[in-house]
Amino acid sequence: MSIHLPHEVRSRADGLHLVLGILVCILLVGFFRIQVLLGDEHRLRAASNRVRTLPVPAPRGTIYDRNGLIVADNVPGYQVTVLPGPVDSVRATLRRMQLHMHLSDARIERVIQTLRAYGREVVVDSDADFERISALEERRSEFPGVYVEMRPRRRYQLGAAAGHLTGYVGEITAEELDSDLFPDSLYEGGMVVGKVGIERQYESTLQGRPGIRHVEFDARGRIVGDFRGAEALAPVAGRDLHLNLDLELQRWIQTIFPDTLSGAVVALDPADGGVLALYSAPGYDPNLFVGGIDDATWAALNADERKPLFDRAVLGLYAPASTWKLATAGIGLELGVVRPDEVMPQPCTGSMYWGNRSWGCWDRAGHGYNNLAQAIGNSCDVYFYQLGLRIGLGRLLDRATAIGFSRQCGLDLPQESRGIFPDRPQWYRDTFGDVYLYGPTEAEALNLAIGQGPNSQTPLKMAQFYVALARDGSAPAPSIARDAPLAEGWELSLQPEHIASLREGLRLVTAPGGTAHFGTALEYWDVFGKTGTGQNPLSVRGLAEDHAWFAGMAGPPGGPPEIVVVALVEYGVSGGQVAAPIVAKTADFYLRRKYGIPTDTIQTYREHIMRGPMPSWYRERFPQAFRPAATGGGGG
Amino acid sequence: MMRLFERWALDVQLVLGIVTVSLFGIAMIYSAGQVHVPNVVTEGAWIRQARWFVLALLAFTAVSRIPLRWIEWAAVPSYVVSVVLLAATLVVGEGRGTAAGVKSWIDLGPLSFQPAEVAKLATILALAVYLAPRETGLTSLRELVPPGMMVAVPLGLVMLQPDLGTAMAFVGILFAMLYWAATPVWLLLLVASPVVGLFLAYDTRLWSGYILLVIGFLIVKSRQVYLVESVAVVLANFATATIARPLWNSLADYQRNRILVFLDPEVDPRGAGYQIIQSRVAIGSGGFGGQGFTLGPQKRLDFLPEQHTDFIFAVVGEELGFVGTALAVLALAFVLSRLVRMASHLGEAQAFAGFVLLGIFGAWLVHVFVNIGMTIGLVPITGIPLPFVSYGGTFLLMSWVAVAIAVRVAHERP
Repeated sequence: MSIHLPHEVRSRADGLHLVLGILVCILLVGFFRIQVLLGDEHRLRAASNRVRTLPVPAPRGTIYDRNGLIVADNVPGYQVTVLPGPVDSVRATLRRMQLHMHLSDARIERVIQTLRAYGREVVVDSDADFERISALEERRSEFPGVYVEMRPRRRYQLGAAAGHLTGYVGEITAEELDSDLFPDSLYEGGMVVGKVGIERQYESTLQGRPGIRHVEFDARGRIVGDFRGAEALAPVAGRDLHLNLDLELQRWIQTIFPDTLSGAVVALDPADGGVLALYSAPGYDPNLFVGGIDDATWAALNADERKPLFDRAVLGLYAPASTWKLATAGIGLELGVVRPDEVMPQPCTGSMYWGNRSWGCWDRAGHGYNNLAQAIGNSCDVYFYQLGLRIGLGRLLDRATAIGFSRQCGLDLPQESRGIFPDRPQWYRDTFGDVYLYGPTEAEALNLAIGQGPNSQTPLKMAQFYVALARDGSAPAPSIARDAPLAEGWELSLQPEHIASLREGLRLVTAPGGTAHFGTALEYWDVFGKTGTGQNPLSVRGLAEDHAWFAGMAGPPGGPPEIVVVALVEYGVSGGQVAAPIVAKTADFYLRRKYGIPTDTIQTYREHIMRGPMPSWYRERFPQAFRPAATGGGGG
Repeated sequence: MMRLFERWALDVQLVLGIVTVSLFGIAMIYSAGQVHVPNVVTEGAWIRQARWFVLALLAFTAVSRIPLRWIEWAAVPSYVVSVVLLAATLVVGEGRGTAAGVKSWIDLGPLSFQPAEVAKLATILALAVYLAPRETGLTSLRELVPPGMMVAVPLGLVMLQPDLGTAMAFVGILFAMLYWAATPVWLLLLVASPVVGLFLAYDTRLWSGYILLVIGFLIVKSRQVYLVESVAVVLANFATATIARPLWNSLADYQRNRILVFLDPEVDPRGAGYQIIQSRVAIGSGGFGGQGFTLGPQKRLDFLPEQHTDFIFAVVGEELGFVGTALAVLALAFVLSRLVRMASHLGEAQAFAGFVLLGIFGAWLVHVFVNIGMTIGLVPITGIPLPFVSYGGTFLLMSWVAVAIAVRVAHERP
């Protein structure tokens, strides 16, 4: 019997069909399960395979000055980002990128660490320049997982002229993300936030809301395009910020401040306490920080002996010296312990004897009998010793504390130093220990009255105090932004004749014969002010010069002051010679523009006569300079 | 007369079915080249495949005119030659394209080909020559030794390349033809038992149960099986179980990973598991209706591996959905069933033709099931192309030569 008989063959064929049918069923069931039953799941997986949701950075709000000029804005920049992937291959990719762009080994390791920690895309360079980007784009296939995007880049128009003021932005750090300042609902890794200065203070205003973009990538991490299967979210730009600042004034101050010296200039508007300028020398360029400062520059900034990163205007504490005598005077008038026209019983003979010792005046020649204005004009220590004694230590501490000499002004910046000043008698013992076991004596009042003793103030605080003298005795808190929530101000309750006499004292300093006259006499404006010679740890030991102060105010002749300017020059020797011209030139620049008068670089009387004959306006403005002097002025 | 017409109709169905599948294949190769970032290898592949298709049709026409006697006469010499060529491949062979690591090509200047493809056909013919004269079935293990050896030689040589996929095709040929020679199914299973045991050996308890089952079966069948043979089967089982671990250790890393990721692709999603995961995701995302011809995003964005050759079916799945995969599977099943039908309609004197048809059936069944099954993880990934669909000139040509021989032998009236 053959195995090839038809019925034998048929039955074997049926068996084969059975096997074929079973295998086909296995395949069909398999595909039905994967494609139909699990289709949605696989579609999702396919999408997550190639579509990534990326944040679209929102442009930050623009910062404008009081005249609508741009202080900080955004320009298109390029950001290089790497997608998460196997650590080794990402590292290899970044290593290859080192050939085409500046990328330190340390930076690579930081990127890898972030990648490990968060498993999300990481910014490699948030501010790459166009040429490097082009080089990168040409060799795209060498850099899987790397993509380049446009993103708004911050630009600071003032550069180093206002680095401390504007501050700068940078990528949010892990510590910042954890802090309450940056709520999780609004912030996430990779965002650019304000780090210091105005950028930090007004972060919530300036920060926009990032949008969302769904980007399709191929298997090698190359961008294919936007994925239209999911809704994109447009970014919302941050709100603009308008400042009281005068951008051109700020820039002007930078040009007139002596290059080799350090210090600060603060200009306030007495009308509302608005900050017209806030300059600290030397400055730094905040643009260096945008997109991450490179390590070498950062190290150089930190190593610089002149400490360019330190904002002297609001953080620096200096002995206010004679500029503080106006506070003694103001308190004395307020308390009624002295009348403006009253002459102190003890004439200045170059010194005064009190409490077992002699208290010297800065001018050993003596000033004789002075009324208040004359005492200010002469900066007569002997007069202020007696005024200090009349006020008494307790009341002096009370009133000085009430007008905020041991507090911050409440400026709208993230950081401001508080003044150092004894807020009560116990302060001495708390601070200096048992030397003051029995409390401070009235001798302390003599020290404090002339601006000596434990008293250190920021240039900003002194400017705020002079704002009170330029007004009616009240001082609002200084503010940088136009709509800043104002901190509480304070008030010296002074009569108009009190104010008049204090200003008369300041006028004598800058009048012909006064120490600051030549450097402050201006063609169009009256400048009043007070010099100060601040001792510092180095100058006390004779190792360096004293700090130079000039606190002044200026306005149209006869009218109320319209700008208050305080200049402090570290180791500047003489307030009248170095600091006063800065104040006068600052005020002149501001007022000329305010009143539509063309500005000039030759401003003060001294500058004029250094370059040529006596200007014609001088005789009209200061006729008294051509009469025999009745009263002289002087400052120390 | 009726019978003649039926046979003629079967031939036509087979050829038309294969022409359809071939054209479908060219279309899918075209689609596989439609990617976001084009590359030279895949972009023009469909044109080259179309040229091979024309050549294959010419070869079909020519081969289908060769007298049956010539074919029978040439069977054994061509078998010997192809075995020699396979051996030569191990020395002078080289890798090619997507299978660069496998030395399976022989380069003869303008012409290069894979001897394994020729060897499959030659082995089928030689085995058919050997089995055709038999009037009775192969009922003992001893009788299975000669045909087993005939297949083992080329199979072993292919394994050494190493080309596991083609080796599996030889197994398909052997079992299909032995079955057609009326070998009892239980005997075939006994032959296969050591191989099954090899895979079960990873778990001692599982393997112990399995060997008891085999021994029990041998006792039940003791009347039909010689004692020596029973002992041989059991010993073979023990032997494979013993070498299981050394064999596992001797495997190359990529081979081991392929087996591990078959069990769980997620153990190495970016390495060995990558292909199967991406393939499955692409096929799954095709859903019921597919993403549309040429429009599959996973394929376009380069996520699919070997998309115009071994994983062409993933493109089918992603772009044509379940409708497409089901139709493609059914079309291939139809072609396979035509071969069986043709074999069952032969006359008693046409034994040789029957074995040839079954050999081809066995080879293609393995190709189709393993290739399609691996795209969704039903079988481990082996480099094995899908007949008439995957890109590849030699394979298409030889498959069509096989069709020609099938039609020729089935048509010859004794």
